[in-house]
Amino acid sequence: MLEPLAQSLVFGVLVGGIYGLAALGLSLVFGVTKFLNVSHGELLMFGGYASFWVFVLWGVDPFLTIPFAVIFLALIGLVLYKLLFARMVKLPEEVKIRNTLLIGFGLSLILQNIALRLWTADDRSITTFYSGAAITFLGVRFPVVRLISLGIALVCFLALHQFLHRTFTGKAIRATVEDWEAAAMMGIDTQRVSQLAFIIGASLAGIAGTLVAIGYSIDPSMGLEWTLVALITMVLGGLGSIMGTLVGGLLLGVTQAATSFFLGGTYREIVGLLIFLLVLVLRPQGLLGTKRE
Amino acid sequence: MLEITNISAYYGDLQALWDISLIVNEGELVALVGPNGAGKTTSLRVITGLLRSPTGSVRFVGTDLGRLTTHRIVELGISQVPEGGRVFAEMSVLENLELGAFVSDARKQRQETMAWVFKIFPRLEERITQRAGTLSGGERQMLAIARALMSKPRLLLLDEPSFGLAPILVEQMFEMITGINRQGVTVLLIEQNVRAALELAHRAYVLENGRIVGQGHGEELLSFESVKSAYLA
Repeated sequence: MLEPLAQSLVFGVLVGGIYGLAALGLSLVFGVTKFLNVSHGELLMFGGYASFWVFVLWGVDPFLTIPFAVIFLALIGLVLYKLLFARMVKLPEEVKIRNTLLIGFGLSLILQNIALRLWTADDRSITTFYSGAAITFLGVRFPVVRLISLGIALVCFLALHQFLHRTFTGKAIRATVEDWEAAAMMGIDTQRVSQLAFIIGASLAGIAGTLVAIGYSIDPSMGLEWTLVALITMVLGGLGSIMGTLVGGLLLGVTQAATSFFLGGTYREIVGLLIFLLVLVLRPQGLLGTKRE
Repeated sequence: MLEITNISAYYGDLQALWDISLIVNEGELVALVGPNGAGKTTSLRVITGLLRSPTGSVRFVGTDLGRLTTHRIVELGISQVPEGGRVFAEMSVLENLELGAFVSDARKQRQETMAWVFKIFPRLEERITQRAGTLSGGERQMLAIARALMSKPRLLLLDEPSFGLAPILVEQMFEMITGINRQGVTVLLIEQNVRAALELAHRAYVLENGRIVGQGHGEELLSFESVKSAYLA
């Protein structure tokens, strides 16, 4: 009883790191721009495919495909921002959330169909010679690939945190999150900050997509599921809180794992949504978030 | 230095300003006084490009600000302390000051500027690592002004710097503002505290219901009948 439970919890933590990473980009973009981009999951899917094809065509080690996914998604992010999102920046906050929600919804359908066209509906995953390798500790298996993935997710969190706290640009982003008008009064170009946040957000989705392709599998319809995961994680951790997002992801992963262990796999997603609703009703600032006036 | 001619402003269909014209000369301390809701803050928002005037023009040392974005206007040398200060509460005092020096010219000189600012507000230097949100109201206001000074502005716009401060702090605040002006920073001061502002300023404009109803030298306006009956009684 104990060992299988420990095993599922470990898997929960491992996938939770990716949940956190998937939510990180969404949360950054939402914090800075108040855009709720519900096509975030599709961006993640594109990252997965970018890595998959670089791996298949050029035989690059899966983890070394990450830079390709980042560049690819940064470009997609830039184009989508210029084409669709830039004109939303000046709208009042509520209109902004509503409009970007609609845009994101339409965009997710378009991106999904592009993926379907280009890469068919088949499930894909990156399998390499060390895909099956695992470290066993106290009878619990730690798949190497997923361990590395968790490590990469943690590095991303740390790197973003450092960037936001140590660099001038990062501080400008944080200032814009807190009060964009006051930030503009400091001479910060809040339009450019929004664009940068959007590109970073897309790139982070790309990395998450690569990790999903390596440790799990990708297909053109995966987007909605991952958008939901990212939304739940973001709300759990508290909007705009970086470390909160990581904790939120781990928490969601572990809760899902525990649920499938005790109640069966079919309840996994229901529990995630249930927590989502409970948090929204009881603690809208997130489990770790602080109240903002 | 700052030349505002016939501007107006609307919030949706609601007109908030009618034909405002005012001038601030280099080195001056000019006050814009008037009751709550007269349009003082709205005037500032037009100057800094957060609100557009469909009529007239705003010119700063010859440049038309009408089409510029807020951050470009800051780069030209106009710095604003918004109502209530609006410091970045989640960030440290130091980070707030660094952000004040965000524009590239100011960024290069930020060490020297910071030393200058700490001379004016020594209290802030003691609080440098503290989160701005944990400061007292007076300290926050000081930080807001210090942050605005970090961009080495030629023109400083102050929106109600005395608001919410204890009377003894208000007096100190006004002394500091005079001091900053004496050091060569041109100041446009918005105040509800009419008497104090008029005593302080070289010149003043009185704003009422979105229109300028009086102007003159500070002392002159103090003896102005309508001002007297409205604000000083």
